[in-house]
Amino acid sequence: MVKVPVAVRVNGRLYEREVEPRLLLVHFLRDLDGLTGTKVGCDTSQCGSCTVLLDGMTVKSCTCLAVQADGAAITTIEGLAAENGALHPLQEAFWNQHGLQCGFCTPGMIFAAHEILRTSPDPSDEEIRHGLEGNLCRCTGYQNIVRSVRAAADAMQEGEG
Amino acid sequence: MSAKIFGSGIRRREDPRLVTGSATYTDDITLPGMVYAAMLRSPHAHARIRSIDTAAAAAAPGVLAVYTGADTAEALAPVPTAWLLPDSDLQVADYPAIARDTVRYVGDIVAVVVAESRYQAYDAVDLVAVDYEPLPAVVDPELASRPGAPQIHDGIAGNQALHWTVAGGDVEAAFASADVVVEERIVQQRLIPNAMETRSAVARFTRASGELTLWNTTQNPHIARFICSAVTGVPEDRLRVIAPEVGGGFGSKIAVYPADFVTVFCAMRLGRPVKWTETRSENYQATTHGRDHVQQVELAATRDGRITGLRCSVWAGLGAYLSTAAPGIPTILHGLMLSGVYDIPAVKEDVYGIYTNATPVEAYRGAGRPEATFMLERLVDRLAGELGLDPAEVRRRNLIPRFEDGHPVVTGLTYDSGDYPAALEKLLAHAGYDRLRAEQAAARERGRHLGIGLATYVEICGLGPSQVAGAIGFQGGLWESAIVRFHPSGKVHVFIGASPHGQGEETTFAQIVASEVGVSPDDVKVFHGDTDNTPMGWGTYGSRTTAVGGAALALTARKIKEKAKIVAAHLLEAAVEDMDYEDGNFFVKGSPDRGKTIQDIALMANVSWNMPEGVESGLEASTFYDPPNFTFPFGAHLAVVEVHPETGQVDLLRYVALDDCGPQINPVIVAGQVHGGVVQGIGQALWEEAVYDESGQLVSGTMLDYALPRADRLPEIEVLSTVTPSPHHPIGVKGVGEAGTIASTVTVYNAVMDALRPFRVGAVTMPLTPERVWRAIQEAQGG
Ligand code: FES
Ligand code: FES
Repeated sequence: MVKVPVAVRVNGRLYEREVEPRLLLVHFLRDLDGLTGTKVGCDTSQCGSCTVLLDGMTVKSCTCLAVQADGAAITTIEGLAAENGALHPLQEAFWNQHGLQCGFCTPGMIFAAHEILRTSPDPSDEEIRHGLEGNLCRCTGYQNIVRSVRAAADAMQEGEG
Repeated sequence: MSAKIFGSGIRRREDPRLVTGSATYTDDITLPGMVYAAMLRSPHAHARIRSIDTAAAAAAPGVLAVYTGADTAEALAPVPTAWLLPDSDLQVADYPAIARDTVRYVGDIVAVVVAESRYQAYDAVDLVAVDYEPLPAVVDPELASRPGAPQIHDGIAGNQALHWTVAGGDVEAAFASADVVVEERIVQQRLIPNAMETRSAVARFTRASGELTLWNTTQNPHIARFICSAVTGVPEDRLRVIAPEVGGGFGSKIAVYPADFVTVFCAMRLGRPVKWTETRSENYQATTHGRDHVQQVELAATRDGRITGLRCSVWAGLGAYLSTAAPGIPTILHGLMLSGVYDIPAVKEDVYGIYTNATPVEAYRGAGRPEATFMLERLVDRLAGELGLDPAEVRRRNLIPRFEDGHPVVTGLTYDSGDYPAALEKLLAHAGYDRLRAEQAAARERGRHLGIGLATYVEICGLGPSQVAGAIGFQGGLWESAIVRFHPSGKVHVFIGASPHGQGEETTFAQIVASEVGVSPDDVKVFHGDTDNTPMGWGTYGSRTTAVGGAALALTARKIKEKAKIVAAHLLEAAVEDMDYEDGNFFVKGSPDRGKTIQDIALMANVSWNMPEGVESGLEASTFYDPPNFTFPFGAHLAVVEVHPETGQVDLLRYVALDDCGPQINPVIVAGQVHGGVVQGIGQALWEEAVYDESGQLVSGTMLDYALPRADRLPEIEVLSTVTPSPHHPIGVKGVGEAGTIASTVTVYNAVMDALRPFRVGAVTMPLTPERVWRAIQEAQGG
């Protein structure tokens, strides 16, 4: 199959690759430099495990082709913490609130939460639950994920204030 | 510290790697020279294979090999079941890893393609041409057991895999003399476990040494090694199974699967590492399902609501083949729990395990016990309705009173400890039960239909004494093991045979060691999941890791403490009898400030310059712990729902769970287990179902079609507990992994039926979707 060139900035680093046009972004990312933190949990775009940031907006990376990300800047879970390793408030909050068990849904959940807080920095529990609708977790029953998002919102507002 | 660390909700040690994407799950592994396998699976529920043409696939770009059942027939022994249930006329059907002449469910493997890339493998799978002759299929276990049903396996009459009976007391007499008999036909629909990580295997075979390494998404790597060795012929000493990070299991990663063996076969044939990862849609067909019972249940009672007998027949669909633990789930783990938390003098159950043209059934969170709890708690509510008594009151009248050290029940088990009345009363008090009933009555006046559902439960966990395992046909032991190793600096490595996959034992087990010998939990690293560097163990399922493995670990830590005391006495020139211990400090009685810390002792034991006479160097110990009995966690749950009769919509307004799993090592982790379990049970009551059509097609075949619980449909779950230690367990713990699931399905179901009482609805088959509820109302209204 013919390959086409793509140039994608992932976690601040530019990757230039030749890819098949049908290659899903999620597979492109997972095959790059061991960036396997982005997960594949389904084949019908239901689970949200593959959620990443594309030019600052969340996208389910299984619903997008690598070629569509040509020229974009992507943040995966590996790129969320600060350079010095300090965890992002969302990562810290998921840890503090026991917002994960097996951890498989967690990278996607964290980005779903990122989107909730981007659009609503002080969300109600209902807003949070609504915002998590597109992400599935089989372990936690969502309760501590909701708490994690709430705690991250508080921490991030405090950080700004 | 020791007093505080046990019972403290410290943050999990697992989490930093998981929240940063640095954890390695099986599909994250890439090896030099690795190639990819894709399975061709049967699109028919039942068909004869006339011919298979692999030429086009073999010629496709990147393809290294295409194998069919003809290639694997000699190399791979049949896939075994590990539970040979005695006294059940068990009929084990031949279960080839790749089907040879006949396929028996949608998802049966027909061929495997190995290619340089995943995409090439999938492309080529589509090119394998199979000529099938479709045969009649049957997926309902009750229909499959009837005369004239399609015959699934040659020589297995009536598709009956097993017939097992449990009986105690005089059940005929109980029914003959009953004042009231209530009955119900209950369908426990098939469920798809849906661990978020699908199944995956990576196999690497080194021809020169004959060594095989299998990375596998499993809950029990040691069992996987044992079975994989038997099927592939690779000797156990050359076979290493590694369960890396595992993304949930819920029972679906107990079995060792055909695709695992096929992946190993490909790696051995090709001499290249091979990876196979199932897609989600493939997972729905190929990874085991749960439940699938048709139950006919009757309960006998006196006029004042005392239960005198329970009688039932269960048709348990087992799918097309017997999965690893399948025969024990609807029998031992179900039938022995029939009498639940009540003193019932007589029970009898017949269980028919039936082959069907559907995906094999295995343990699924709760495994047999939710199905038992449902029958009993549903019928108790029926009894209350029949007698015009409050459901809480009927339960009160039948509960086994508090006991601390053993209570024999009619099925032959001896429960370890329990205080069921206290659990129920605490639940009712917290929920404000009487007030809820008043609100319900007031709401009905205003035309709103609230329902209050209750359930109590006791479950069997901590599997179990190995002698019992042998007696019930489980082809393995059920003990657990632990090694504790102190390094010179006082840091600790713990090696366990069990294999947690989300339950947090890297943290709670560090807490056990910390509380026993006074180190910081941060200084304890727990190793699990690799058969080459952990001692043998039987795996993580049945809420047994903490209940059995935790016991092994606590006893090991106590051995360390004993040895440390001897070394400290020697260093302090004191007699061992004069030694005292507090929080990691070993000292002569009365002089705590002149003691030796566990770290001092670890250093001195490791350098070994001055050890007492006859004491070995090092500070390390191990234990193989075989429990004397099972553990029996219990609890009581309550749900409040509102049903909208015009649409059939059910809103879950409130959920209160009280679970007693004994002392809690880490209450935050315990609550997390309860949340997850409760929501899975709610899923069964309201949304989830593996739907097959009559021809055996899996209609709910993708995540788009299978309704999983989502965050926006759930209330905040209120978590309560009581603490009743197990008398036979070194730290009293009982296990909590399945607790939530066991009570929650019937709790929600009872709540919905309570809301529907004014409509005189008899029974509604789960899941209680708006359409079903609405139809049931219409039918009951004669509309
Ligand atoms: S893998 Fe992208 S939504 Fe499931
Ligand atoms: S933590 Fe396991 S799926 Fe969410």
